[in-house]
Amino acid sequence: MSKIVKLTKGFDINLVGKAKHELANFTAAQTFAIKPTDFIGMQRPKVLVNEGDTVKAGTPILIDKALDQVIYASPVSGEIVEIKRGDRRKLLEIIILADSNVSFENFAKVDLAGIERDALAIALAGSGIWPNIIQRPFGIVANPADTPKNIFVSAFDTHPLAPEFEFALKGQEKYIQVGIDALAKLTSGKVHLNVDGSKNTPAIFGNLKGAQVNKFSGPHPAGNVGVQIHHLAPINKGEIAWTLSPFAVVQIGKFLIEGVYDASKMIALTGSELTKAAYVKTYVGANVSSFVKGNLNSGHVRVISGNVLTGEKISCEGFVGFYANQITVIPEGDYYEFLAWALPTTRVSYHRALGLLSFLSPKKEHVMDTNARGEERAFVQTGVFESVTPMDILPVYLLKAIMAEDFDEMEELGIYEVIEEDLALCEFVDVSKHPVQELVRKGIELIQYS
Amino acid sequence: MKFLRDILDKQRPLFEKGGKLEGLFYAFEAGETFMFSPNHTTAIKGAQVKDAIDLKRMMITVVIAMIPCLLFGIYNTGHQHLLATGGTAGLWEDFGDKTWIGVKLVLPIIIVAYAAGGIVEAIFAVIRKHPINEGFLVTGMLIPLVVPATTPLWQVALATVFAVVIAKEVFGGTGMNILNVAMTARAFLYFAYPAQISGDQVWTYLGDKVPIDGFSGATALSVAYNAGVDGTQTVVEALASHNTVLGADIFSFSNMFVGWIPGSIGETSTLMALVGAAILIATGVASWKIIVSGFAGAYLMGTIMNLFASNAYLAMPPQYHWVMGGLAFGIVFMATDPVSASQTETGKWIYGLFIGMLTVIIRVTNPAYPEGIMLAVLLMNVFAPLIDYYVVKANKTRRLHRATV
Repeated sequence: MSKIVKLTKGFDINLVGKAKHELANFTAAQTFAIKPTDFIGMQRPKVLVNEGDTVKAGTPILIDKALDQVIYASPVSGEIVEIKRGDRRKLLEIIILADSNVSFENFAKVDLAGIERDALAIALAGSGIWPNIIQRPFGIVANPADTPKNIFVSAFDTHPLAPEFEFALKGQEKYIQVGIDALAKLTSGKVHLNVDGSKNTPAIFGNLKGAQVNKFSGPHPAGNVGVQIHHLAPINKGEIAWTLSPFAVVQIGKFLIEGVYDASKMIALTGSELTKAAYVKTYVGANVSSFVKGNLNSGHVRVISGNVLTGEKISCEGFVGFYANQITVIPEGDYYEFLAWALPTTRVSYHRALGLLSFLSPKKEHVMDTNARGEERAFVQTGVFESVTPMDILPVYLLKAIMAEDFDEMEELGIYEVIEEDLALCEFVDVSKHPVQELVRKGIELIQYS
Repeated sequence: MKFLRDILDKQRPLFEKGGKLEGLFYAFEAGETFMFSPNHTTAIKGAQVKDAIDLKRMMITVVIAMIPCLLFGIYNTGHQHLLATGGTAGLWEDFGDKTWIGVKLVLPIIIVAYAAGGIVEAIFAVIRKHPINEGFLVTGMLIPLVVPATTPLWQVALATVFAVVIAKEVFGGTGMNILNVAMTARAFLYFAYPAQISGDQVWTYLGDKVPIDGFSGATALSVAYNAGVDGTQTVVEALASHNTVLGADIFSFSNMFVGWIPGSIGETSTLMALVGAAILIATGVASWKIIVSGFAGAYLMGTIMNLFASNAYLAMPPQYHWVMGGLAFGIVFMATDPVSASQTETGKWIYGLFIGMLTVIIRVTNPAYPEGIMLAVLLMNVFAPLIDYYVVKANKTRRLHRATV
């Protein structure tokens, strides 16, 4: 039975710079990187290659010694040009200089009908695709040895300027179906595929078999898989669910049909500071310089891997994160502003306090910069956190429990159901400017390693 | 504004780590951020853009919402003075004089409250090394509005200092306090210096003038209470026949609603409190749930008392509770303080309801305290965490039950 869920709580941040539905023909990215820091919860990363080694797409280059069945593979073929380390030799980036034509490792093709569940999991774990499969609770890379209660795929993204999967995955129906079939085998429960209920279901997701297609509508975070899980089959203590993006479903399909780790992916280039905001076809971990340089409206910008709510600042020569499907380029906001707290403004605000006028034109697209808009202050609770969190969770009490490191409270108040992105809007709307997402991760780690 | 910025940039190193005035950094920061919002940018990871709101803007919204009450209070202070001393008859006669008398009395109180509280805030910020909190913008305005215009300035200063230290700073500053700071200041005055904040003599400023014959400075609440004790007439009759020298209808429902009556500076006008409520609700700064349930609670309790009416006060029509005393002002501006109020959405309904009900209970049944809103708010401030505890517990139970289905 598919479910229809209408959510009312939340907030859409409308920004200038949506990617046009077209492929930009920039010079292809030369270098690609795997960043161990993208994989939250990776405990003991170990590099399997040396500088100068040549690799193919799918060659293992990294493992986590704490979960060593899972391979982190090179997304392209080429030469390992640099293994970048930071303070105390912390592994930062493994950089690969790509061949002009990508060649693939050949994996054995898998006959889905005949293969055992565990054998399928092992095959996928060794393919390079596995790190896409995220375990809830905690939002960490899943353990192939677990059997999840359900698997969830959110087939739409409500984050600001997020890519549209309908465009980005056009023509991949065949792979999606096989991917879903494989996922169905991995879980003891159902595969849930959640689509945007406010639109017609895109053709690529319309005729799927083997998955329960649910419709979610409402403002962001309706597209967040954590919110969807909460309304479909909430996670309680001791339970495990897996989530993955539609891109990963396609990769699984390709792996099973063609026996390759194809890390190609459409990335949306978005944000007000890009001259040309469009999609670009590249591989996981692409260097952004060829998409960004020469494509900027202004000089003083921040390039973000991901979206403006949950993303990460990278440099103009940085690499797209493993999980990011977009980059966003917005102005840096490192300026002082006279009496900014009192003067009327049309800047984006969820609030309507005196002089905040953006609520009058909710559809207007804004240019937003990275100014913090005030200083950190003591927690003053006004009920806004609840009104942007469409879950039966009390964010303020959860966050206070985390601050107090009260494990029982955290558990009872729903720490198992959230990861950073689910409370990212709280961080955005917070009057007291607290680092909410950082706090959420702190709480998760307290519970995870307790 | 560049020259201002340049001055600040030049002075900044003095206050930063290693500078000569390092200890005063937060005092400098308060001044600096008041003029210029800082050039901080968002963190490397997490939300890369932030909502345009900040605490200063939220607090200033509350201050703006109080301005109707303040302006009305200033004019009414002058109006009551001229009424009592026989200087005027019409409402809008001698407009300039009344305003001037009001300003002369009220402005010093505001200045003293802001100065006394501001100094304490600054001292604590410097010693405890925390930023100066904008919450005081609101407290500093609330305190003058809940005292009579005749309050000695030294008492205002003392009450403000007491409240800021005992009700706020000892708990760790804004956001951590249990009691509403302004209400604590008023309670302090009430218990420490009752002669200047209760009785019939303090509400109207007389100055060196002699009141006209037959003048009584009693508030509507004490008239109502006495009518209950007296038992010869209903409260409405008692109110109507009271103080007729000031005009026949001084304590009529409509006059009390508009607020041309003696009382604390900002509390007399229910109308202006409602204007403030409209601003607070429209801007989303205060919880409409607390405001609605507060008024409903008072009405409900008033109705219940009607059922058991053994004296005239118990039998008073419940809507009179809305317009007498400081109920409206207290519910709109004090009960909704986000820090000391209940913090769960369900809790806000319960919290407001109890404030309304308790106010009426204290007013009607307790001979010692003619006004109940002050103690009702403080009492419910104390109980708010308990209400929240049960609301949160219900949430936990709900998620626990979900597990077994």
